[in-house]
Amino acid sequence: MSVGDTEVNSRDRGCPTMGGPVAMPGAAAYPSAFVRNEDDGLAHLDLLVRGARCAGCISKIEKGVNAIAGVQLSQFNLSTGKLSVNWVPGAADPGLITRTVADLGYQVSPYDPGEAEIERDKQGRFLLLCMAVAGFAAMNIMLFSVSVWAGVNGEMQDTTRVFFHWMSALIALPAAAFAGQPFFRSAFASLRKGKANMDVPISLAVLLALGVSLYETMTGGEHTYFDAAVMLLFFLLIGRWLDHRLRGQTRLAARELLSLQAATANRLAEDGSVYAVQARDIVPGDTIILWPGDRAPVDGKIVEGRSDVDMALVSGESAPDLAKAGDPIRAGMVNLTDKLVIKASARTEDSLLAELTRLVEAGETARGRFVKLADRAAQAYVPIVHTLAALSFIGWIVVGAGVHHAVLIAAAVLIITCPCALGLAAPAVQIVAVGRLFKRGVLVKAGDALERLAEIDTVLLDKTGTLTLGRPRLVNAGEISANSQELAAKLARASRHPLSRAIADLAGPGGVAKDAEETPGHGVEGTIDGVRVRLGRADWAGVEKQDENRSGLWLMAKGTEPVHFIFEDAMREDAGQMVAGLKARGLSVEMLSGDREAPARAAAAEAGIDSISFGLTPQDKINRVEALVGDGKKVLMIGDGLNDAPALAAANVSMSLASAADASQAAADMVLQGEKLIPVLTAIDISRAGRGRILQNFGFAATYNMIAVPLAVFGFVTPMIAAIAMSSSSIVVTLNALRPFMIRRKT
Amino acid sequence: MNILVYLIPAALFLALLGLGAFIWTVKSGQYDDMEGAKWRIFMDDNQDDHIPE
Repeated sequence: MSVGDTEVNSRDRGCPTMGGPVAMPGAAAYPSAFVRNEDDGLAHLDLLVRGARCAGCISKIEKGVNAIAGVQLSQFNLSTGKLSVNWVPGAADPGLITRTVADLGYQVSPYDPGEAEIERDKQGRFLLLCMAVAGFAAMNIMLFSVSVWAGVNGEMQDTTRVFFHWMSALIALPAAAFAGQPFFRSAFASLRKGKANMDVPISLAVLLALGVSLYETMTGGEHTYFDAAVMLLFFLLIGRWLDHRLRGQTRLAARELLSLQAATANRLAEDGSVYAVQARDIVPGDTIILWPGDRAPVDGKIVEGRSDVDMALVSGESAPDLAKAGDPIRAGMVNLTDKLVIKASARTEDSLLAELTRLVEAGETARGRFVKLADRAAQAYVPIVHTLAALSFIGWIVVGAGVHHAVLIAAAVLIITCPCALGLAAPAVQIVAVGRLFKRGVLVKAGDALERLAEIDTVLLDKTGTLTLGRPRLVNAGEISANSQELAAKLARASRHPLSRAIADLAGPGGVAKDAEETPGHGVEGTIDGVRVRLGRADWAGVEKQDENRSGLWLMAKGTEPVHFIFEDAMREDAGQMVAGLKARGLSVEMLSGDREAPARAAAAEAGIDSISFGLTPQDKINRVEALVGDGKKVLMIGDGLNDAPALAAANVSMSLASAADASQAAADMVLQGEKLIPVLTAIDISRAGRGRILQNFGFAATYNMIAVPLAVFGFVTPMIAAIAMSSSSIVVTLNALRPFMIRRKT
Repeated sequence: MNILVYLIPAALFLALLGLGAFIWTVKSGQYDDMEGAKWRIFMDDNQDDHIPE
């Protein structure tokens, strides 16, 4: 693979190879509040960088930041999107670091790790260590066990065998004491609550096997289960670690929500100086400056300034509104065009954004009650296993075998029924499915999301930004002369207004009118080649208003005919194909829109959706989702706006788009990386195939138990048979999980 | 069979070395960025290599 291929690849993956600067929220522009001074005497800043996906991205970001004077080390973690930067305090400007990354074309925000997350990172490493120790012990004990099994017909002297058993015990006991901790702790905690989870039979089997084996070793007995006990831990730990890695993806969601809250605001002090403070420190009565591109951190009132404000959070509509002094402003609104001074009227905890976060969290808690397939299997499995072990113990006593023999049999039953295969069956399949979906452009944030997706029967779709591209597109470009387009672009590049952006994006990079000035709510004016040119609303540009088309712009150069630019929020190319595909899979499709009736009906008709609701507030959307869930439907919600976030969290499973607002990406279980909707179908197909595969694996595990359990109960299981049976079932399950999915294509 | 008294501790010591090495890789954070590592090999700049000018 050459560097050229990397370039192509990075374009496929949607990396911002063009390197155009992106907007920075306020927190990113003034990240000083998040700089930590570490013990080693260096200042340290963690940033969350989004949009990086390949080698070119890593190298660009690290090189760019390292080139800043004073920066000692910058390291980018592609898996977590975290960029860590160190510098000698005072030698580098933290604002310059974020600006550098934003100028490279990546979204950047300060990253404030919570305690909980640091704890989970530690837990992941601990599981990995336990796995390593168990693996090491299992392999080394097996060397002794195989020798003992090979010498069973008298080739090995008794003293050698006892010596080998002692060596095994020496490795197994400390290894199990260390590597068994995750299971012992969880079993103990669950027993104290008076319940029995999967870890109870596991712990019991391991402890019983070790105890029996130690007794056998001390009395010079023939059979020990050291190898089986430790191997059991090893296989189970593999499953646990895979599961932890899957859940690690969910942390990304929590992190993005956190990064939304980790915003800074520019507080205006009474002496006129401006300080960057953390948003959570703002109290009612504070005066805050909102620069273009800033998101309002709290609810408040505008005291000074006039600007276009993106109200998507409240109305779900992408068209901005004009806000002026005296108007209320709500947390989460984005200032687009001009500086605003606002007076805070609430704290962040009492603001809309916090309310939204709470709704999202509430939804996620409710979703947390979903019981995974593996756990459902375990609930049925645990009592059966315990009863079986107890029955065989009693049975052998009744037959007159003696306590010693009966305990050995019971231990064998517990070991052979221990749910290695069950513990591996689900995580192994999910890891494979998540990996495949990642390659197809779907980021899955939670392993059990795939299980939930496989069960859905209803799909709810948002309109703006989901079925449509969510941004205006110039529709009459063909009728406008290249010259007029170039003139308009020169003005449009100076503005953040969505319509201006549409013109500027179409024209590509180029010059900007020198003295371009934006009048919020009206348009942009500037001098090009000595001529005053205006681009904006009809009445402002000086055109007799001809029709009621709100989403039009007029270009008016002195002494020429005015030119009309018409915009439309275009449907995504594959929206209809996706809806047809959903229907072909037997799902009922419904559209929820915050938009007015006419455009909602038009979009639904174009996409082929029969059932629609329009004019909905965020709360209406939640109500609709909850009503369906209450009826026992399994709902998939696909949405993108900040106002969709609570509904996304309330649905059984949810998807968002890469272009979506941070909060809805955070609330969704899956994020579609590209512009296309077809991956939704792929995700459903893969999740269904994955569910089938998990059930298949449970089937294998059950078959294995049906053969092995009678052997164990009737006392035919020697340590060798236990070892072979256990490892072969685990290997079969893992291989079956890794086998490629076969997906039948339906459109 | 007396040789076992030497061979087994020697074998265990070697295995422990391997385990120690693995524990070191975990502690030094080499599994923290599994995605990034595979891409880094395509980066051309070897800032740490001392290539004569």
